Amino acid sequence: MDRLEIITITKKFLSEEFEVDINSIMDHENLRETLDLDSLDYVDLVVLIEENLGFKPTADDFKTVETFDDFYNLVEQKLMNV
Amino acid sequence: MENRVVITGIGIYSCIGENLTEVLDSLKNGKCGIIYDAIRNDFGYRSSLTGFVKDPDLKPFLSRRERMGMHQPAMFAYMSTKEALENSNLDIDFLDKNETGIIFGNDSTAGAVIETIDKVREKKDTTLIGSGDIFQNMNCTVNMNLSTIYKLKGINITLSAACASGSHSIGMGYLLIKQGLQERVICGGAQEINIFAMGSFDGLGAFSIKQDKPHNASRPFDRDRDGLVPSGGAATVIIESLESALKRNAPIYGEIVGYGFSSNGDHISNPNFDGQYRSLNMSLKHAGVSPSEIDYINAHATSTIVGDKTEAQVIAEVFGSKIPVSSTKSMTGHECWMAGASEIVYSLLMMNNDFIAPNINFENPDEDSQKINVVPEYREKKIDCFLSNSFGFGGTNSSLIIKKYNP
Repeated sequence: MDRLEIITITKKFLSEEFEVDINSIMDHENLRETLDLDSLDYVDLVVLIEENLGFKPTADDFKTVETFDDFYNLVEQKLMNV
Repeated sequence: MENRVVITGIGIYSCIGENLTEVLDSLKNGKCGIIYDAIRNDFGYRSSLTGFVKDPDLKPFLSRRERMGMHQPAMFAYMSTKEALENSNLDIDFLDKNETGIIFGNDSTAGAVIETIDKVREKKDTTLIGSGDIFQNMNCTVNMNLSTIYKLKGINITLSAACASGSHSIGMGYLLIKQGLQERVICGGAQEINIFAMGSFDGLGAFSIKQDKPHNASRPFDRDRDGLVPSGGAATVIIESLESALKRNAPIYGEIVGYGFSSNGDHISNPNFDGQYRSLNMSLKHAGVSPSEIDYINAHATSTIVGDKTEAQVIAEVFGSKIPVSSTKSMTGHECWMAGASEIVYSLLMMNNDFIAPNINFENPDEDSQKINVVPEYREKKIDCFLSNSFGFGGTNSSLIIKKYNP
């Protein structure tokens, strides 16, 4: 899966699940603030990533994620190791 | 000094209508909400009959987070509560600032629990269940969801008492307000209708197998009844001190004047004359009304052979043969955990619109039902005071008496 595919898939499942405008998901925007995530939402985010991207992130993985760009980096790195 | 307790809001989401207007029309016209559900047959049910309500689309009303913890009981209860709050002129801002409690009747979350367990069986990892399931799985799901959404600050407990849950919820809320411990309580009952909820009940052979004519299957008090039909949805009854209701100029649908209860202390599923008799008499004594002052009895009668027989005997013993009786379960099926609350809503609609809803399918009495006045057709009737019975597995009995409000 290349980065463009990752971005396309991610924007689709995040906008659908968290009910935000797909155009609000911009590379340099803050992921938590844009999606309005609370602690329970991170539980669902793990389920969504496993279902849509095929790996299960840990709580530590999210420590490096602030922007969507960070998130795509995480996904690329994880998929390389799968 | 004890408070007078009035009903200031009602809401309904049932198989005979998704709001008060639709339900009023169904009650007047004897419309039945029972269907044949082929999925139940494939699943292994002995009887595939059920009252049918669809899962409501809550997206226009609630955020994703608010919806995540909801399965059928909470979804149905949200719909009935939304309607009740609207006609009671209550909104979230008021509820946030004025202590209001919630006592809701519910006694299962089978559908939610099984869907959750299926996920774990598939994934073999509980961290892939997601965040909403725990709030769907717990029996207090209605309370957790509604108290959060509506910012309720008062009593917050779920009442589980089998098929008397909804009735006891109103009774307990009534006692709290009467004693001055609460100004206002949202009461009600919810009942899931998915195939997982009623399989074990069906396995007892208690359901009607008149599957060729679903609308004729539920026939309380009729000689040829052969069992109940499960059903579901939710009903909400907002109760309030008279002082509070008058202060905010709320509509008043009726006044609760009596609550009786008892436990049979006997068989786990069989009804018991003595238990029902004690509950009825306690409600009359508590209300300070004589049997002749009751204008209408909304019977618990579910269409089972033994249950209807026992209730008819008790009604005949306490009230004689004159007072009109009907079981709205002839149209709705048995709404179980919800029934005690929904039947208060149905009876309030009758009282406020001067009619008795028919006990449809009552064609021939048996030796017991011939001793009471079962009303088989729509009847115009001024009702000033009615009684509603609810009896549940485990021998829990509840009787409520409600009068037309008279200042």
